[in-house]
Amino acid sequence: MPVRIQTADFDMSAEIATMRKANPKIGAVASFVGVVRDMNDGDAVAGMFLEHYPVMTESALQEIIAEAHTRWDFFDALIIHRVGQLAPLDQIVFVAVTSAHRGDAFDACHFIMDFLKTNAPFWKRESTPAGERWVDARVTDDAAAARWKR
Amino acid sequence: MISVIYLARLRDALGVSKEEIPAAENVADLLAILRSRGGSWACELAEGKAFKVAVNHALVPPETPLNAGDEVAFLPPVTGG
Repeated sequence: MPVRIQTADFDMSAEIATMRKANPKIGAVASFVGVVRDMNDGDAVAGMFLEHYPVMTESALQEIIAEAHTRWDFFDALIIHRVGQLAPLDQIVFVAVTSAHRGDAFDACHFIMDFLKTNAPFWKRESTPAGERWVDARVTDDAAAARWKR
Repeated sequence: MISVIYLARLRDALGVSKEEIPAAENVADLLAILRSRGGSWACELAEGKAFKVAVNHALVPPETPLNAGDEVAFLPPVTGG
């Protein structure tokens, strides 16, 4: 269950190729990429800084993948999350899941991303014309995660 | 001593990133000590404010006991992804 937290960019094609390597049982790969927008809450965003709580981040992400494993049948899940200074158009986060059939891959990928938004210790501070500000947590993210409650 | 860490927005609002507190029985007790400082401490850590507490890197409820050497972190609502 690989999890990576890094400042460097990532190549999703290369990551997926590595996940698929030599496993002819994989029939589906679902993935998600989150990217930095140049606008938030009506203000121009010149860039953002991604902070995290390093000693806790990796285990929080591992727990999300472990929870997904109890719900769906899939081979592997990969989460890459960037930290540090990012600019509009930059990739922030990558989630990919390999499985035999598309349903498990789609759902597990969706679940992991929804839970990452509400349970992993990352914080965004964005630069706007009015100065720097911490991004507010969204009620819609809580609602998205709550859908998976059981 | 108990190490206390304030992250992201909370660190900025309180003006402290890390400090040592001599002792606290549990998380609720530590919160009471910090709130008694008044000002932004009472306001930012008030009952009902949206923040979570981690002890030794795992999220915990307020009744969690604290021991010397523990690392307590105050986490504002997360905004990653």
